[in-house]
Amino acid sequence: MNADFTTDELQFEIEVQEFLQNDFPAEYREKVDAGIRLSKNELVRWQKILYKKGWAAPTWPAEHGGTGWTATQKHIFATEMALIGAPEPVPFGMKMVAPVIMAYGSDEQKQRFLPDILESNVWWCQGYSEPNSGSDLASLKTSAVRDGDEYVVNGNKTWNTYGQYADWIFCLVRTDTGVKKQEGISFLLIDMKTPGITLKPIVLLDGHAEVNEVFFDDVRVPASNLIGEENKGWTYAKVLLTHERTNISGVPRGKRRLAALKRLAGNTDDGFGNTMLANAAFRTKLAEVEIELQALEYSELRTLAALSVGKAPGPESSILKIVGTELAQEMDELFVDLAGYNCLPFVPEQFEEGFQGDAIGPGNTAAAALTYFNNRKLSIFGGSNEIQRNIISKAVLGL
Amino acid sequence: MDFSNTEEQQMLQESVQKFVQKSYDFDTRNQIMASEKGFSQENWDLFAELGWLTVPFREEDGGFGGSAVDLAVMMEEFGKAMLVEPFIASAVLSGGVISEQGSAQQKAEILPKIMEGKLQLACAYAEQGSRFNLAHIKTSATVTGDTVVLNGSKTAVLNGSNAEILLVLARESGAATDSEGISVFMVDAASTGVTIRAFANVDGKKSAEISLKDVSVPVIQRLGASGSALQALQDSVDRATLAVSAEAVGAMESLLRKTVEYSKTRKQFGTAIGTFQALQHRMADMFIECQLARSIVIMAAMKLDGGDDATEKTKSVSAAKSRIGKAIQKVGQEAIQIHGGIGMTEELDVGHLFKSITAAEIMFGNTDFHTQRFASH
Repeated sequence: MNADFTTDELQFEIEVQEFLQNDFPAEYREKVDAGIRLSKNELVRWQKILYKKGWAAPTWPAEHGGTGWTATQKHIFATEMALIGAPEPVPFGMKMVAPVIMAYGSDEQKQRFLPDILESNVWWCQGYSEPNSGSDLASLKTSAVRDGDEYVVNGNKTWNTYGQYADWIFCLVRTDTGVKKQEGISFLLIDMKTPGITLKPIVLLDGHAEVNEVFFDDVRVPASNLIGEENKGWTYAKVLLTHERTNISGVPRGKRRLAALKRLAGNTDDGFGNTMLANAAFRTKLAEVEIELQALEYSELRTLAALSVGKAPGPESSILKIVGTELAQEMDELFVDLAGYNCLPFVPEQFEEGFQGDAIGPGNTAAAALTYFNNRKLSIFGGSNEIQRNIISKAVLGL
Repeated sequence: MDFSNTEEQQMLQESVQKFVQKSYDFDTRNQIMASEKGFSQENWDLFAELGWLTVPFREEDGGFGGSAVDLAVMMEEFGKAMLVEPFIASAVLSGGVISEQGSAQQKAEILPKIMEGKLQLACAYAEQGSRFNLAHIKTSATVTGDTVVLNGSKTAVLNGSNAEILLVLARESGAATDSEGISVFMVDAASTGVTIRAFANVDGKKSAEISLKDVSVPVIQRLGASGSALQALQDSVDRATLAVSAEAVGAMESLLRKTVEYSKTRKQFGTAIGTFQALQHRMADMFIECQLARSIVIMAAMKLDGGDDATEKTKSVSAAKSRIGKAIQKVGQEAIQIHGGIGMTEELDVGHLFKSITAAEIMFGNTDFHTQRFASH
């Protein structure tokens, strides 16, 4: 048993580090450090830099323009990206709809959609959840009725991230109401410019509208936008959800945030002439987080080792999702702890692009509470942690 | 032994409940928060008329009696509806400092105006770097003849932007964390050299950062003797800590009730999610947390009202704040998790209750601070 990288893998690690040092724009790095959101244009520019290098799609096979990397190479790349603070590609095109198109789309659909995802020319968003179908996703009601060469779509979707920027949406729609709920679902690709689609932004607790509700009112969609067979959408959707859960542990990002916590603690007065890094209670909590992170990292490496000998990601990825998200939320609590009074002001606009005023409080400590609020989503989305525990109980423990 | 409310306390509680029911629903609160002042003067006048503003004050100061239990009973109801009016900042904290530290003449001049709802105050003590240590004060007070000149910066000044009088804690002598040498001055908020940056906190209450540059104040505006203000500040902050803790108990009660209700109506997999045992146990744990939080706040209120063992009082306030901090995280996070995405939206009151109690956890010292303060006394 060993957890070492091979010589080639070490060489690859250096190559990735050098590339990121040189090509990840310094101004983006500053923004990420200051807790300011990168705009769509900035994310696209970064994605195009990766595309030029041939590294836009680490999770794709080479035949579609992906890197064709091994599981370990993907892991190294994801780690180095997170350590430097480089944003991952917005997942809805690259990591969610693309694998479904590759596996179940027609050749025409592959040629039509994949290159633009790879080059970041077209942005996608997801149309899965509905107001009454969250954890029980298969109960979804948005309907698509066949009318000649078209489907007529009616209903509404919610928790649609970045819908305001998206060109296309992939949707789960009901095409048969007379069968078991999982058997009447189809997977449909819809152009966001189609008449009858309206978006309603949802403002979250951090004051930012990153999600939307999407309404479909007699939206006519060409039948050629159906993926695979009608009523087989649930099978395709499950593939997508498995991909959504890989890399969700967030270990490298956790390491980066842990380092930031330590730096911040070293710069935060305890009010009694010392810094918070010398505060026994705080040190203990930092240590607990670091230990948990190590346990999570080695859990991920064990999963990775299994993947690299050809095993499919199984229900074990639920462990990574649960522990990874809950650990990230614990770190949010530590940032709030350090910020103290400085995170009480609710001035969300200071973390938006183009804010001109003075920030409140030193550094980005004022962001701590907003991040704490926003990251409560981590244990809710991507299959809530309750659903993940159900998967473990059923699929692993056989209960 | 009797833990039931007295008739007076019951009347006070019902009077707040009636007000909330009639004039403080969630939409009204949002409108108040969006207004320029960030609180309703009309409500404030009504609070005065109903006698609520007298509750924190002793009888000899013209108040209702100054009982901490009375205060807790009232604050719990405030917390349920997340009132944003500056009751703690103006009446409990600032009023407390004047009541503890002011001369008879100063008290006679200021306290009736507070109780009549005619004067807004704010207490400016915290600074960058002071964290939760009240004695950490760098703002300087230099006395020349009968004038004092103040220089420094204050942070987290609750009600700072609406106050007509700022109580500024400043150091006349000693090093940054000495307990001696701190004085408190009544400063007209419109004085030359006072710059106020206003904002709302995550709980919707107005707060401010205030800088003082060569602010001249007559020495007679000092409350009490030179360098002797820390104890009065500490005692008033302790009462404000109790008040914010009781408010959080009320807010947690609302969160629990709303979460249980939601779990009975939200259907997934063909059944109400409240029928899942995994969620039932977690809501049972939320209930336990709410009960323990209420118990320890009652304990602290009773200890503040009885006896004169100062250490005992300090410890009981810190015990309450520490324990409710733990409850706040548990109850707040579970309420959001059980609601799912909808709990994270601005349009539902549940998220705002979560934000309110998160602010309460930090206000006047967070959980770790009070655990350590408990241990060191």
